[in-house]
Amino acid sequence: MELHFDQELTQAKDQLLRMASLAEQAVTTAIQGLIQRDDVAAKRVLDGDNQLDLLQKEIDEQCVALIALRQPKARDLRFLIVTMKIAAELERIGDQAVNIANRARLLNREPQLKPFVDIPRMFELTRDMVRTVLDAFVYGKLDVAKQVIPHDDEVDNLEVQLHRELTSFMLEDPQTITRSMNLIGVSHSLERIGDHAVNIAEEVVYLYEGRDIRHETKNA
Amino acid sequence: MDKPIIQITDANFWYGAKQALFDVNVSIMPHQTTAFIGPSGCGKSTLLRCLNRMNDLILGTRVTGRIAFNDHDVNAPDVDVIELRKQIGMVFQKSNPFPKSVFDNVAYGLRIQGMTDKTELEARVVKSLKKAALWEEVKDRLHESALMMSGGQQQRLCIARAIAVEPEIILMDEPCSALDPTATAKIEELIQDLEKDYTIIIVTHNMQQAARCSDYTAFFYLGRLIEFDATNKIFTNPTNKQTEDYVTGRFG
Repeated sequence: MELHFDQELTQAKDQLLRMASLAEQAVTTAIQGLIQRDDVAAKRVLDGDNQLDLLQKEIDEQCVALIALRQPKARDLRFLIVTMKIAAELERIGDQAVNIANRARLLNREPQLKPFVDIPRMFELTRDMVRTVLDAFVYGKLDVAKQVIPHDDEVDNLEVQLHRELTSFMLEDPQTITRSMNLIGVSHSLERIGDHAVNIAEEVVYLYEGRDIRHETKNA
Repeated sequence: MDKPIIQITDANFWYGAKQALFDVNVSIMPHQTTAFIGPSGCGKSTLLRCLNRMNDLILGTRVTGRIAFNDHDVNAPDVDVIELRKQIGMVFQKSNPFPKSVFDNVAYGLRIQGMTDKTELEARVVKSLKKAALWEEVKDRLHESALMMSGGQQQRLCIARAIAVEPEIILMDEPCSALDPTATAKIEELIQDLEKDYTIIIVTHNMQQAARCSDYTAFFYLGRLIEFDATNKIFTNPTNKQTEDYVTGRFG
């Protein structure tokens, strides 16, 4: 028998998935704005961010109301807490999309510094990480969530590699400094998105196992 | 870690031919509040009543296993049941003050014990009423009938009456089920205050109440103890699926 409360929980989950799809769309569009030098796309990301902010507030409000009115326990309680935390992560992913879109608009005003190699790779990796952890959230695939966490190192390595390359550009030719700095900004935003995916993975583990694995690898 | 004040080992219980408890094992820690929760008929009240042998009053009941209070089996032949119930007091679902004055209700057990000194009696009554958070409300009407009091006050009076004989343990069987939210909140506050001096075991249908005022929670189902753990653990991350379903309101 499905309780009314179950329906309310499902509604909260659906809202969160809506937010997730908007956040993913925002990052994809921002990267498109950069790689295809498409200012219109970049502008779309800036205009759309408001929607993510509103959705996060809506989700928080919904979860707080359910906590107050239903006094949830055990898995239900963890679900609502985790939903609010994931909403915050998605909102920040949206903010990173805005950062990328802003950098893209600046970069599009100047000639392209170099072919895009590492940035598309970082984008694909982080997009897959976010998708996978949300899938794990919906279907309770704990192992899948945990497997995402080590991928963050790949993203970090790509960022380091790109920084090294751009540093050499800047040393050789100060004319490239502004563009290099903007590209470094983009790569840093992508790296942050990877971190958000890891945070979501940790919340998924808490949701399904009741175990807090945050900071474990860092402290180990 | 303290020694358990009550140690229940392999307890089984029958009402006539019907078995109501199956191999229950629990340790109750001193100066902690333990809540027994579970759907109706799960055996929580039966177990509570085993602890001070209230079930002796029901014909045809039988208990096996060991229920030790301070290392002594409560069912041993040498146990003085009156003495046992003095040490393990009880508060019931429906407040049951005697049709006497407030003072005489609290003094009742003490008088039975042979306390006659007026000053001593008075001191003990006042102390008990204060501990039961009732003193301020009744200090000017100690000699009025207890039946004039509100339901919540009557229940706190019953707690004062139980406290007066200085028990080690107070058993509470659904102590708030007949009370309004304000009176319930007062009893719950009281339970948390009393924990300093007593060990409390409370049977409740109200899961919020168990969550709010207990340190440990035992979940029973069909006469078996399903899970026993810190209350925080039971309500945030229970180990057993049945416990999870019960505390989240999906069965029971």
